[in-house]
Amino acid sequence: MQGSDTVKFMPSAAGEVNMKSDDRSRSPAAQAGAKEGKTLDIRDHTDVTDYQTIGSPFVDNPKMSARNVNVFYGDKQAILDVSLDIGRNEVIAMIGPSGCGKSTFLRTLNRMNDIIPICRVQGDFSLDGDNIYGAEQDTVLLRARVGMVFQKPNPFPKSIYENVAYGPRIHGLAHNKTEMDEIVENSLRRASLFSEVKDQLDKPGTGLSGGQQQRLCIARAIAVSPEVILMDEPCSALDPIATARIEELIDELKENYTIAIVTHSMQQAARVSERTAYFHLGKLIEVGDTKQVFTMPKHELTENYITGRFG
Amino acid sequence: MKNIIGGEQHTSQSYNAELEALRRSVLAMGGLVEQQCQSAVEALISGNEELAGKVAGSDYAVNKLELEISAQCTDILARRQPAARDLRMVVGIIRMVANLERVGDEAAKVGRMALKLSDMRDKQTYQSEPQHLGEGVTAMLQGALDAFARLDVDTALDIIARDKEIDREFKTLTRLLMTHMMEQPQRVKNMLRVNSCARALERIGDHAVNLCEEVIYLVEGNDVRHLSFEEIKRRHQS
Repeated sequence: MQGSDTVKFMPSAAGEVNMKSDDRSRSPAAQAGAKEGKTLDIRDHTDVTDYQTIGSPFVDNPKMSARNVNVFYGDKQAILDVSLDIGRNEVIAMIGPSGCGKSTFLRTLNRMNDIIPICRVQGDFSLDGDNIYGAEQDTVLLRARVGMVFQKPNPFPKSIYENVAYGPRIHGLAHNKTEMDEIVENSLRRASLFSEVKDQLDKPGTGLSGGQQQRLCIARAIAVSPEVILMDEPCSALDPIATARIEELIDELKENYTIAIVTHSMQQAARVSERTAYFHLGKLIEVGDTKQVFTMPKHELTENYITGRFG
Repeated sequence: MKNIIGGEQHTSQSYNAELEALRRSVLAMGGLVEQQCQSAVEALISGNEELAGKVAGSDYAVNKLELEISAQCTDILARRQPAARDLRMVVGIIRMVANLERVGDEAAKVGRMALKLSDMRDKQTYQSEPQHLGEGVTAMLQGALDAFARLDVDTALDIIARDKEIDREFKTLTRLLMTHMMEQPQRVKNMLRVNSCARALERIGDHAVNLCEEVIYLVEGNDVRHLSFEEIKRRHQS
């Protein structure tokens, strides 16, 4: 899928990129644009060298890091030169209009794009400093470490118990029935679903309500003890109560996990995340502390998006 | 229709309209308060009893506008969940109207004092001593509202810088009135009244400064309350 020349991990690159980006963000041109209050239209900038991410895309000791990511679907480039770190035990929200590349970027983090034949991914990705696009990387193991929750709840057509037990079983995490029972119960508890389903563990997972199904999917994702959980609009099909439960869950999960969430709800991004990344037409425009992004965004495009001025 | 802080319009036209209506309400309230201040100073200096009475009883209109604007802000917060500049606009306006309302109170206070003073037969020159101070703070208030209308940080900074002068003027006036009191002990009561007018005017100047600080917050996102002028200027430049 990727030529080995395009996918390489350079531990020294992080520092360099960081310095370069800092220098660029203070460039007089960028400042002048901001001062005049001129609308910066990213569509004017087709040249990739012409844009830089504003804010702080890099963190110290990141859980995951992505450098110079370019993603193509056939001839169409979906992501242009994006570099971003995901910090340890942080919740990072990725926001932006449809087609901005935020979901595509999220999916590169556990190689979900591998299953799309026309998709090409370039760039350096690492998890705890190890290249995740290396030839020796087993994607099944990678996805056990970097789990994913999707927009629509998609439980297996099996019992609630089996939905959660499936992952631990294929990864051989339980040695006997008692251990498996423990994993299933713990996962359901952490997804705050156990009390609601404890008497019907043998019933099909598809019989649960939408919100319960989504929590079941989260239980399934955490059953294999992932280190990172990727969430692609996990609440878009849920009512406000179920959404609040999931958000509460995200808050609890961040103690032990690193979470990256893509959402169309800006309020949700503002509520659950510590850092926010704004994508626009395949480019990573701004990354910053969530409070700063929502009260005082640095880039005009971010400002326009979060205030509801969509060009 | 021009947008609140330039730039593009909201996709939701009704949201645009709500923010624009909010801004206009604040400007209307500002205009009313400004008018009150001018009348208060004029009533005090000229001893115009009728005008003084009008100012003394005019704060109800300002109070009413304050309630209206608060309701508008609550409404926008609840229904629109504003972010970034819109959020700063709404939060800043909530604080601005509180300041404007207090300016209205101070102006009414001057009106009440002017009413008592105009009653006195021995109209003396001391009554017009606060003229310069009154004109100064009215101009500051005007400038502050202007800075808000145009979201102009430079004007706001200019107004904030003037406050020191107003404080100096107030001190000088107090000293002057003390001299008058020593010379004419039988008029101490009236001169205390004039002094409390001067104090009220000086407070109006402080509120104008607060308004300007909110304008800086609206535009730049820096919360510059309780900072020295030098510090405010330094942050603006950085």
